[in-house]
Amino acid sequence: MINVIAAVSAVVAASGAEGEEMPSVLAVPIDELIIGIIAFLVVFGGLAKLALPKIKQTLEERTNAIEGGIERAAKAEAEAKTLADEYRAQLAQAREEASAIRTQAQADRSAIIEEARAEARTAAQQVTAQLAADRSQATSALTRQIGELSVTLAGKVVGQSLDDDARVRQTVEDFIADLERQATG
Amino acid sequence: MSADVVVASGGLDCHLMSGCGFPAPGAEIFQFDAIYTFTIGSLAFHITKVTFLLLICVVLILGFFIYAFRSPKLVPRGAQNVGEMGYLFIRDGIAREAMGKEGDKFVPFLFSFFFLVWLSNFMGIVPFAQIPVTSIFAIPVAFALVVYVTWVPIGIYKQGFFPFFKNMMFPPGVPKAMYVLLAPLEFMSNIIVRPATHAIRLFANMFAGHLLIASFSVAAFYLISASVVGVIGSVASFAVAVGLTGFEVLIQALQAYIFTLLAAVYIGGALHAEH
Repeated sequence: MINVIAAVSAVVAASGAEGEEMPSVLAVPIDELIIGIIAFLVVFGGLAKLALPKIKQTLEERTNAIEGGIERAAKAEAEAKTLADEYRAQLAQAREEASAIRTQAQADRSAIIEEARAEARTAAQQVTAQLAADRSQATSALTRQIGELSVTLAGKVVGQSLDDDARVRQTVEDFIADLERQATG
Repeated sequence: MSADVVVASGGLDCHLMSGCGFPAPGAEIFQFDAIYTFTIGSLAFHITKVTFLLLICVVLILGFFIYAFRSPKLVPRGAQNVGEMGYLFIRDGIAREAMGKEGDKFVPFLFSFFFLVWLSNFMGIVPFAQIPVTSIFAIPVAFALVVYVTWVPIGIYKQGFFPFFKNMMFPPGVPKAMYVLLAPLEFMSNIIVRPATHAIRLFANMFAGHLLIASFSVAAFYLISASVVGVIGSVASFAVAVGLTGFEVLIQALQAYIFTLLAAVYIGGALHAEH
């Protein structure tokens, strides 16, 4: 700074020494002053009117856009988190349901097996009963036929008909009763 | 080195050992004849090389920034990117730095000053221009005057006429007796010295820088002669002139920054009374 001042004063002194025809470098001609002021005002007016409001607005818009973007990202993140939680809850629920269904199925299986067993038992009993009924029916039919046949045969053997004889029938019946008694006894 | 300087410094034949003394460049390299003169009222306007360069600066700044910001996009490209860097530098680095959020209102004002001063300074190293517009005293005076007639009315408007001067001349936290000394000094320093130094700081830096470059350029030319000392001296002077030119690039930007920052500080001080 001292150098600068020295340089200025040296030049001022030199120009002063050379006489009046050389104006001082510190002279401020009014026309140059006015031109300088106008130059600034033109730049200021032009930029303030035509250039800077646009860029100011754009910068504000950009700030808003960035802030909006951050906000949107936060919202999306929250949404994703909600979705994930929901999904997890659903998954847990599904698992629970599946296990409930499995338990139910297990129970159902035992019930079905039990029912089938009971049915089979019933069917077996029915068959047994049927068989017993059939046997007794067959036995009585056979008994009757054997009686008739025996009477017929005996008639042939003795040469006379015993068919209509109430006595004979009584004898036969007694005989058969005897047989039955022997069979059971 | 421009032809003006050579001619002003003793002519093309003036060399070492030609019986010609070193034609040190002086104030005459800052004098320019009018290219064109016109009169408004009774005042004659002289358009010189310097005022013409100032006009070119105005056109370049308006042209570039109006082009760069013609339809700004959210995602900047090319010229808009460069312009935005400038805008953000002024807004965040100067206006908000000096005035806080209030500074946003003054960004266009400071922006215009920074780029006008910078480009005016830069003309010092543009080939064929080769004179910093701000090395002509009237131009920094004009700029400083605009700043002065901005911050003083702002201070009077914001603080009120008497409080503005009272806050300036009677800073708090000083023993009462000191005000006898302090009040006139503060008044002098703020109202008279401040605008003067604001203009002179810019002017003197540009003036001295240009004078240095011119001196070494003239020396490089003057020392061309059939002698070892002459050749070595000539080459060395040329190297120094080139180095100084690079240095000037820094000074030009720095002075533009300082000028604009001071303008911001003055306005910031006027908005609120110092505490």
